[in-house]
Amino acid sequence: MEGFSDFWSTYSTLIFTVGIHALLALSIWLTLACGLLSLANAAFMGIGAYTAALLTVNLGWPFPVVLAAGALAPVLVALTIGVPTLRLSGVYLAMATLAFGEVSRVIILNLDVTGGPEGLNGIPLVTEGWHIVLVLAVVGYGLARLRRSRVGRAFEAIKEDEVAARLMGINVDRHKLFAFTLGAGLAGLAGALNAHYTFFISPREYGFENAVDILTMTVLGGISSLIGPVLGATILTLLPELLRFLHDYRLAVNGVILILVVLFLPTGLWDSRRIRAWFAGRSQK
Amino acid sequence: MSMLSIRNVGKHFGGLQVLQDVSFEVPGGSIFGLIGPNGAGKTTVFNLVTGLLQASAGTIVFQGRDLAGEAPHLITRLGIARTFQNIRIFKEMTLLENVMVGMHHLVDYGPVALFFATPTCREAERRARERALELLSWVKLDHKALLTADNLSYGEQRKLEFARALATEPKLLLLDEPVAGMNPAEKDVLMDEIRNIRDRGYGVFLIEHDMRFVMGLCDRIAVLNFGRIIAEGAPEEIRNHPDVIEAYLGREDDAA
Repeated sequence: MEGFSDFWSTYSTLIFTVGIHALLALSIWLTLACGLLSLANAAFMGIGAYTAALLTVNLGWPFPVVLAAGALAPVLVALTIGVPTLRLSGVYLAMATLAFGEVSRVIILNLDVTGGPEGLNGIPLVTEGWHIVLVLAVVGYGLARLRRSRVGRAFEAIKEDEVAARLMGINVDRHKLFAFTLGAGLAGLAGALNAHYTFFISPREYGFENAVDILTMTVLGGISSLIGPVLGATILTLLPELLRFLHDYRLAVNGVILILVVLFLPTGLWDSRRIRAWFAGRSQK
Repeated sequence: MSMLSIRNVGKHFGGLQVLQDVSFEVPGGSIFGLIGPNGAGKTTVFNLVTGLLQASAGTIVFQGRDLAGEAPHLITRLGIARTFQNIRIFKEMTLLENVMVGMHHLVDYGPVALFFATPTCREAERRARERALELLSWVKLDHKALLTADNLSYGEQRKLEFARALATEPKLLLLDEPVAGMNPAEKDVLMDEIRNIRDRGYGVFLIEHDMRFVMGLCDRIAVLNFGRIIAEGAPEEIRNHPDVIEAYLGREDDAA
């Protein structure tokens, strides 16, 4: 027991970060699952984080309500910007969502209420370890149910062939908007949880680099199932720590590992088809 | 009794007139063929009917309802399903999932029922799976239901596309060159299957190049050439129609 509490006090921050990253990776998995390449999720996380933090600091709302508001605010934003931008596809959508992310960051940077470039200080530390575990479990379960439902099948059909999906009676635009919006809500929730754990937030945390990081986790892990994004988030969070013994070279080695994975496992680390085939091959021997 | 009527339909892409004053009636419960040389505008007619394109002129009426401006997914829900000339199945999904996608609008449950896996939701999913297996066994692919669709041969992919189209519970089935790339034996099997579909009460509207196939199968045929209907009638009439012979074989003085 004592061993565990030592372990927890040393690594709790790291484990918490893995959890937040996993939630973010799942949020972008949703859009990727129906073939949308969106780079807006870091901004959605920021909107959620600031909404939640401001409600706690200025109005003293209870934590569960604050979390709900942190998820709801980016949902409303996503509904507004989703209608025009989701007509785009591929790199064009990536560009539009990237632009949205930068606009959001600059707005937060220049508002008074958000503390501008100095960020928000003194957010009460109310998020506990089990909160993130519970949220991840509920979100993971919900997404697993979704994946195996008519909506999950529609997402995959849209990803594979949009025209064929339309002619199967699927309302493609509505499904895309749903994936985009739900992803925004999850990213906002991650932001709200994170803000009440780190004490301090600033616009820097929600910029372009973070958008790419989130995307990298999911793509590295693989989007064929929910395990991929969680695995990718875990590895990308832990790898820099595990490579600490390399001192100055660790980020370079980190990058090399990513390049190797993308080169040799283009469908990500966890490709359910490859793993099924591997097991089938083993059981036949 | 007409199920689908195309009235004075025209379509142009910029300055290019693809269809001009096209009119014909597709009756229910029978097989209607639209034939014509390459580039005559046949697939464009399908794209207009299914809502992928909007007509520049004229009206398309399905069971008394004007389809102008309707979104493709709503037209499918009204009862028009189609297959594609260049097969468009979902290759990374299993056969079962492919067919279940076709039932999208028929399987209905809310988000709460889904999250808590209520009996209503389980029952709806179970029924959909059973119905999908039934359709797969009808095209003799049920033994491959859990394989991904990219494992199928060309002919099997066409059959899967059939099953998937029927899963939407259409009243009218549009087939875009259903026997392209098939050998004569496979074509005969497919002919029987299309007759089967008609005998089950579906209307069938198909586009085809293979004359033997069309003449042997269709109850009525319309011929499209350079975007205009040049003949319409029973197979015998079409076979002997001078304009049709000219469209396919050319005029005698052309050859000279």
